[in-house]
Amino acid sequence: MQDSVFKQIKSIQFGVLSPKEIKKVAAAKVVTPELYDKEGYPVDGGLMDIRLGVIDPGLRCKTCGYKLKECPGHFGYIELARPIIHIHFVAMVLNILRCSCRECGRILLSQDKIDLYKEQLDALEEENGIEARRDYIKSILSSLKTTMKCPHCTARQQKIALEKPTTYMENEKRISPIEIRTRLEKINDDDCIVFGINPKVMRPEWIVLTLLSIPPVTMRPSITLESGERSEDDLTHKLGDIVRINQRLFENINAGAPEIIIEDLWDLLQYHVTTFFDNAVAQLPPARHRSGQPLKTISERIKSKEGRIRHNLAGKRTNFSARTVISPDPMIELNEVGVPKEIAMKLTVPERVTEWNMEYLKKFVEKGAKEYPGANYIIRPDGKKKKITEETQEQLLEEVQPGYLVERHLLDGDVALFNRQPSLHRMSMMCHKVRVLPGRTFRISPAVCHPYNADFDGDEMNLHIPQTEEARSEAEILMQVQTQLISPRYGLSVMGCMQDSIGGLYILTKEIESLTKGEAIDLLYGAEITDTSRVPDKKVLTGKDVFSAILPADFNYEGSAKSGAEEDHVIIKNGILEQGVIDSANMGSGKGFLLRNIRKKYGADYTLGFLGNSLRLGIQVLLKKGFSAKSADEDMPKEANDQIKKIIDESYVKADELIAVFRENKLETFPGKTQAETMELKMLELLNKARNETGKIVSQYANKKTATMKMVLSGARGNLINLAQMAACVGQQALRGSRINKGYKDRTLSCFDKDDIRPDARGFIANSFKSGMKPHELFFMSMTGRDSLMDTALRTPKSGYLYRRLANALQDVKVEYDGTVREASGKIIQFEYGEDGIDVSRSEGGRIDVKRIVNKVIGE
Amino acid sequence: MAKEAKLSKFDVSKHTLVPKHTKLSESEKKTLLKKYNITVKELPKILINDPAIIRFDPKVNDVIKIERGSHTARSSVFYRGVVNA
Repeated sequence: MQDSVFKQIKSIQFGVLSPKEIKKVAAAKVVTPELYDKEGYPVDGGLMDIRLGVIDPGLRCKTCGYKLKECPGHFGYIELARPIIHIHFVAMVLNILRCSCRECGRILLSQDKIDLYKEQLDALEEENGIEARRDYIKSILSSLKTTMKCPHCTARQQKIALEKPTTYMENEKRISPIEIRTRLEKINDDDCIVFGINPKVMRPEWIVLTLLSIPPVTMRPSITLESGERSEDDLTHKLGDIVRINQRLFENINAGAPEIIIEDLWDLLQYHVTTFFDNAVAQLPPARHRSGQPLKTISERIKSKEGRIRHNLAGKRTNFSARTVISPDPMIELNEVGVPKEIAMKLTVPERVTEWNMEYLKKFVEKGAKEYPGANYIIRPDGKKKKITEETQEQLLEEVQPGYLVERHLLDGDVALFNRQPSLHRMSMMCHKVRVLPGRTFRISPAVCHPYNADFDGDEMNLHIPQTEEARSEAEILMQVQTQLISPRYGLSVMGCMQDSIGGLYILTKEIESLTKGEAIDLLYGAEITDTSRVPDKKVLTGKDVFSAILPADFNYEGSAKSGAEEDHVIIKNGILEQGVIDSANMGSGKGFLLRNIRKKYGADYTLGFLGNSLRLGIQVLLKKGFSAKSADEDMPKEANDQIKKIIDESYVKADELIAVFRENKLETFPGKTQAETMELKMLELLNKARNETGKIVSQYANKKTATMKMVLSGARGNLINLAQMAACVGQQALRGSRINKGYKDRTLSCFDKDDIRPDARGFIANSFKSGMKPHELFFMSMTGRDSLMDTALRTPKSGYLYRRLANALQDVKVEYDGTVREASGKIIQFEYGEDGIDVSRSEGGRIDVKRIVNKVIGE
Repeated sequence: MAKEAKLSKFDVSKHTLVPKHTKLSESEKKTLLKKYNITVKELPKILINDPAIIRFDPKVNDVIKIERGSHTARSSVFYRGVVNA
């Protein structure tokens, strides 16, 4: 056990254990159903025989001599009084019986055909893999079932049926497992190959059990209850039944009991062995505990979601992790995560005691597990873990010395990994610094919502605490939030200001014209910006001056604003915002050119701080100024309403004209379209145009000073279409790309005439949300609303799975050092990454501006 | 055979959507394989009966050079190893 041997697995061979092998791997033969003697010591030849391994502390295994936890356990065996069919091979036995001769044991195929099939099978496997071979074997065997004459000895074959679960009938007569076994023995090795059996690793007759392998006690340990009573594992119970019936069967056979009794016992033994392997066989009542709860036998241990594979092997769980609801906190930095104190006292970081930090670490032990910041465990150099409790605390405090590990509570600044599912890209799991806060939720800066795709409507996220120095430094260097700032997808910052802070910055830089220096510094301090050295010493300051104060002093930048207007164009010279407004085009997530430029010049760490500062500044402006949107924001002057009405009326007239032309069949059809289709297309175009025109009127007349418009213009929330729908006209409702044409026969609703194809009758909503919709308009709206709701609900899992498959298929594709893109086996996929070899995250929109680099080098 | 004769009437290589295919000479092939430290197996594949290369009378393990337009880098070069159909 001590010196382990390392070997590489080259291949795995599956086969069936032969009786010989069962005997060979067995450490003991089980002959008695008794488990323990009067002293509670395992009986020799019982199911808990200590040759099969030990589960009691203090005992030594008779086979290997090791103690509990050292001994891996050893198999045993039972000699079955009569052969038993293995339930999981029932189908195979049936196949072989049906397809082999009952007299000579040959497969019901002529020798030529056997040779031919063997060749074909090998060729098929070579070409299409083992699956294809299996499929072909299946088809060969199913074609053989109807063969009634043996091609070798010309014996007539009988019909063989399976009476589920384990009885085989030949012409209404039962074939006993003994008979089955002798028939299987007659199959020759050559024919086995056509049956899909590799004769080197299994013989057909081994399917019929004569010996039963007994699993070691270590895989079916008994539990000692508090009352001192022993409770055995389900498998042990089942094995007990098997041994008991087996003994009875032996005795009856030896005593020469009548055939009926023997057969009854034999069937009972078959039942017990079957349920030992699988307790969920369709035709059999499951074996139960006395309480009526079904036993969990071998198959149930492996199978299904709660089985060994999916639950224990594929479904690993992590220690040192936490999960709770997230909520926003703009006052913490972007690379921080607010951790509830409750969680901070559960999760720990191991720290090694040295003579230099001993006093520091002893303080944690002194506080114990119940007081923050304390420690939960200490680990001795030999690996023994000791929990710090009120009783052990003082003694452990004395004990701590260099070489010990102290598992102390989380502290501010500890490294943590933070993750939100679905983890679709690398920004879904980033490294944050811990910030212990009161409350019961994780707190994150609203700016990092975008990379996680998180919101605060009840989202939960996971936190992991790296436990080794390597893991911590790896996380910090590779995964920290600032290292993920620039997205490898489009080369822009994935993090940026959101919603209120965009609105705040917009108001600050566009509207605020006069501030006293005191007010300006108030704003900055409110945003926790304490460096006010760059606030100009003027009597009257503008919002632009305040924003400039958080810019680096030697920063130059030029970029267009969202509106594209000349006066909004952003010009920053020497760290002063000389002109323009800061809006979503400059600071938004996934858009911020300003952020990209700052990162390029001052690095990721600085950008992170800058982003945090501007986020808080924007919010602070809104806090100080107040910001409320109201319904009256969407009110239009009479003039505008008249124009909107005119546009809609005109489009109704045009629609009627179109319908008139269509009714006369005089419409000029589009290529490949019928008259009706052309009419529909023209109608859609017409009505959409009308809606867009009303939208233009709205943006023209809308008061830019209202809060709603400010949100739209700054890019904080909402767009012009939303506004137009509220103020002017909701527009055409479309189902699957066409106007609504479902409902009654030839009409959408019973309030319309048949074949009415005017706009109103087919889902055009002329009213606005503000003016209120007519009943039929509301109905149409509900139709499309429900449709899109269903659509998103059904599409999200589908596209999610699609993406998952793609990501898994591409997971080990990487760019090699020679610039080629290769998969894991070294096959080339692209000769140069992206055909141009440019890393999007390290270029500007996938391009490298050589001119600018040259200018920069020679210009300065 | 009849099928092949029919195919040869239309020269796909003249079509605008078919990028330029050329067969590498043995020495070119050698330098290419050496450059990437690979064998023909690691190259992307092209079928021996691909209409675009049929006029070279290709053999298995020949390497075909393909020059084609690219969205990112105006034009790009690609190599494919000939495999049996």
